[in-house]
Amino acid sequence: MIKIVKRDEPSRAIFFLTPILAIFLTLVAGGLIFYILGFKPFEALKFFFIVPIADKYGFSELLLKATPLCLIAIGLSFCFKSNNWNIGAEGQLTFGAIVSGGVALLFYEQEGFYILPIVILAGAIGGMLYASIPAILKTYFNTNEILVSLMLVYVSKLILDYLVVGPWSNPEGFNFPETRQFSDSARLPLLFEGLRIHAGIFLALAAVVISWFIFYKTYLGFQMKVSGFSLKTAKYAGYKGKKMIILVFLISGACAGLAGVGEITGPIGQLHREVSPDYGFTAIIVAFLGRLHPVGIIFASLVVAITYLGAETAQIFMQIPKYTGQVFQGMILFFLLASDYLLFFKFKFKGSKK
Amino acid sequence: MIIDVNFVGLIIASIMASAVPLILASCGELITERSGVLNLGVEGMMIIGAISGFALMTVTGSLIIAVFGAMLAGVLISTIFAFLTQTLITNHVATGLALTIFGIGISAMIGKNFVGIPGKEFPVLFESLKDTIPLLSPILFGHSVVFYFAFALPFVTSYFLKKTKIGLIVRAVGDSPESASNQGINVKLVRYACILYGGAMCGLAGAYLSMIYTPQWIENMTGGRGWIALALVVFSTWNPIKILIGAMIFGGLTIIQFHMQAIGVRIPVQFLTALPYIVTIIVLVVISRDSRKIRLSTPSSLGKSFYKDN
Repeated sequence: MIKIVKRDEPSRAIFFLTPILAIFLTLVAGGLIFYILGFKPFEALKFFFIVPIADKYGFSELLLKATPLCLIAIGLSFCFKSNNWNIGAEGQLTFGAIVSGGVALLFYEQEGFYILPIVILAGAIGGMLYASIPAILKTYFNTNEILVSLMLVYVSKLILDYLVVGPWSNPEGFNFPETRQFSDSARLPLLFEGLRIHAGIFLALAAVVISWFIFYKTYLGFQMKVSGFSLKTAKYAGYKGKKMIILVFLISGACAGLAGVGEITGPIGQLHREVSPDYGFTAIIVAFLGRLHPVGIIFASLVVAITYLGAETAQIFMQIPKYTGQVFQGMILFFLLASDYLLFFKFKFKGSKK
Repeated sequence: MIIDVNFVGLIIASIMASAVPLILASCGELITERSGVLNLGVEGMMIIGAISGFALMTVTGSLIIAVFGAMLAGVLISTIFAFLTQTLITNHVATGLALTIFGIGISAMIGKNFVGIPGKEFPVLFESLKDTIPLLSPILFGHSVVFYFAFALPFVTSYFLKKTKIGLIVRAVGDSPESASNQGINVKLVRYACILYGGAMCGLAGAYLSMIYTPQWIENMTGGRGWIALALVVFSTWNPIKILIGAMIFGGLTIIQFHMQAIGVRIPVQFLTALPYIVTIIVLVVISRDSRKIRLSTPSSLGKSFYKDN
């Protein structure tokens, strides 16, 4: 007989091992789904997870997709650590892209070293502004941040749609829903000739280092941890709850906004309807899979980025629907949450000594 | 100007029709939340219901199988959520989000073969009475059975929660799982049942969209209605009758969009489309500002896991 017993305290080793278990279980379940759909499971998994990153170009694409995921997830981990459920990063990304794109369009005929920094800054500010809405409504009007931040995603996409169809559309663009191309000075430099990976990756890496420092070396990091653990304790300790809530939302919004800048000034080079294939939502999974730890998030963003590439490759080579990517993403989170059970409980065989 | 009363009746009827999926999903979620469980997977369960209903209708040709199949699909997908949150004690918010992402992905995957297929006509009731009473006839008659069910549901739900013993148990579990458990109530079982019931209603809401409201399958066709349904539960302060009012307001916003465009009002279409989302935010702010009232009406254990040592 097997008995389930509650652990005295959560196991730290298992805390970092369960993400790997979750990925493994996702692969097994994914293979099963492929089998049910009538594909050869191992071949499908190979096309999904190995073929896309087997060459130099593929690896560059992996980093290209992992960059926004990592950046946003780092921002989200500030919110999630302190018990703030910002799930509207997609909207903050979009609004960041709108503001920075607008600034980039002002300079469309100009070149100059000063343009890119202004564009990047504009994106961060755009993301922060947009994230401040749920933050302020939560702190001063007691409004649920989950629903507000989510609703704002739809609103931001409609604003973008309005702009690229209407006032910002390219006058020489034959009514395509897109703006002018940005000038070269408003584009993030490419790192290698012929590959799409761009300097935005340094923004993500900087975010990793800075967030690690804030989490583990500052008073703010400590406050966030306590608030995440118990809001009552935080109140008792006299933390200024409201200020912290707004701060974590602003950080999170800035990161999402920067991810938006990376997309439009990196691979896209203009504004059009779809600046992000739901990076803002997928980054939620990345944040959890990375255990809200900066280094964990790097690995998680690489793993989840594969699901984007794999979905494209598998669609081209095996006609597997591209939505399989989302199915995998959902499953990773399911299995991760499920395997958290092992953190708090252990299996005991009856008869064995305590 | 002469206003045709039947035209007014038709507009009201179309507002009611667009309120149906919101009422169904909100009433389902309301029961789930009353038992203390916050399921953010409404959007995911609705979209699964939408594709299941449409696919079953196309494949089997039977509307009855399709409607019940969609509800069953909602139940099945919510079982994942129930197992994770109740048996494995996972975080409600994260699990609900996973459910939505998973649901949208899997529905698009299944739906790939059903894009562009025309839907079937869904039978309506009391069609012969449609021209009898001015103004009221278009509102009262000539709708699908799901429509009538949806408008009865808030009253049934209210009666269930207030007057029946099981309703009392659900509320007890949501307000104080510890004392309910001490009274010998199986908290986990009650919550499982409430989650699955919510799944069934969201499945039905989705099927209404793909089989009756706009009879076809379009990817992501729920378009945020699941999230609006969640907001409606807060708006209603967990009172089913108020869901009816909220759903009518949002139905009205959706319908106004079409009419404004039709009569050529020069407002960007994107602004009109954004209106329901913006109004949701405003309404949430107005409702939530009174934190005392919210605290009194929110099920006390909402979103908190309950674990009992055996």
